Amino acid sequence: MTDFLEAVQTVPLIRYVLFAGIVSSLTFGVVGSLVVTRQIAYIAAAIAHSILGGIGASVYFSRIYERGYGTELVWLTPMFGAMVAGMLSVALIGWVTLRFKEREDTIIGAIWAFGMATGLLFLHYSPGKAVSLESFIFGNILLTSRSDVIATLILGAVVLILVGLFYHKLVAVCFDEEFARLRGVSSKAYYFLLLGLTAISVVLMVRLAGIILAQALIILPAATASRFSRKLWVIMFIAIAITMVCNTGGLAFSYELDVPTGPFIVLIAVAIYTICLFVKRRRS
Amino acid sequence: MLEDVNFTIQRGDSLCVIGPNGGGKSTLVKLILGLIDPTRGSLTILGQSPQKAQRKMGYVPQAMRFDAQFPISALDIVLMGRLDRLTVGPFSRKCREAALAALEEVGMVDLAKRPFSDLSGGERQRVMIARALACEPELLILDEPTANIDLSIEAHLIETLVKLREKLTILMVTHDLDLVSSIGNSVLCVNHRVHRHSLPISGETIKEIYSSRRRIDHDRRSRHIEGDHSACDHD
Repeated sequence: MTDFLEAVQTVPLIRYVLFAGIVSSLTFGVVGSLVVTRQIAYIAAAIAHSILGGIGASVYFSRIYERGYGTELVWLTPMFGAMVAGMLSVALIGWVTLRFKEREDTIIGAIWAFGMATGLLFLHYSPGKAVSLESFIFGNILLTSRSDVIATLILGAVVLILVGLFYHKLVAVCFDEEFARLRGVSSKAYYFLLLGLTAISVVLMVRLAGIILAQALIILPAATASRFSRKLWVIMFIAIAITMVCNTGGLAFSYELDVPTGPFIVLIAVAIYTICLFVKRRRS
Repeated sequence: MLEDVNFTIQRGDSLCVIGPNGGGKSTLVKLILGLIDPTRGSLTILGQSPQKAQRKMGYVPQAMRFDAQFPISALDIVLMGRLDRLTVGPFSRKCREAALAALEEVGMVDLAKRPFSDLSGGERQRVMIARALACEPELLILDEPTANIDLSIEAHLIETLVKLREKLTILMVTHDLDLVSSIGNSVLCVNHRVHRHSLPISGETIKEIYSSRRRIDHDRRSRHIEGDHSACDHD
């Protein structure tokens, strides 16, 4: 463990990753608790997978541009593509779930697969050196840059501020959408807001854990936390703490043992969840 | 679903809506609340369109609709009745006081901090009534408030509603004839069409309404239209 602590002090990359992990723990804990409470884990998973389409497109078009004009498009990063795709799939999934309640699961499954398929094709046809699909699906901290950390910080702050401002309305819409509507709260708008916050959070975590592992990480800490409290804000704080432990622990272990970070983060999350299941059963 | 509906609720009335399942009771409630629009005709609630009158209505939905494991306290649920007074951030102290007063009114103020999941069925129902009262409504609308509730608790609930009847206009969907006789001062029978009965209604009429297999009911209805009201106790 001393190696890791030393690396935090000396290697900027490790510092960036550690910092990004801590910031995204805040958003994951808060948004994950809402997702688990509202029971839309599978919608979060669909959003997470569909952003691969945006990642693929951004890589493809930036490579094409680079080839054509000889310069790089600085803003066209995978994170930007992921964000755009995330927002598109939020719009689509939100509309589908509100409009076609009875076919919801089918259509969401289709969006999920469509996002992944287009992403894979874009990456396949991207000119230049082959892109490692693995790093997007399972995360690759080596790709983290200083600008990523800044973007994470800004977007994380946006998510937390929005939840802070609209906390009661978000909770009301999750609990009883119809009653909220009768009190003049636009239930649809807040449902979209919740999906949007989910998408942003997932995108922020992709570097660290990848899209597949990120969707597990948004659920597990909140699910663990909800076994220990019946107050949503307490659940949020516990979930934040658990996610921080997972992120930091995962990073430390992977650095020490020289193994991929994402899987370790998720393994810690699963371990904590399993232990808590056991502890709770023993008590009752 | 519903046709030829024409009725008025007087201010201060307690109107019970009864009728067979699938007869359109819930549709009627949704129309009054302005959650759906009528395909033809119009409604006026408290002198306004239903959508405009929404703020003056307190709604108690059917209890079984809620996720019992939802992490929320009784007080936080009641505060939802004040959502129209909240723009951003936390609820004001005034809202919290109003919510506590509403809980007091249903005899639940001691359980304000309790998680929803720890409450019994009757307590949950009273929290939902408190939430509707926190809206400071002129019209209180309840959808089957005694469904899935123990008899002993029901007596308690009826007591609460009898108190509320004094100061509010109440419209209540129910299958519970005890409730009808203790709260209602008139009865609306909804079975695709709507008929008003004054209380007390005879056992015959109740049997009519509830034994209504479609054909019998249709027969009664056509007799109605033809002006033969022997089957119902009209006002």
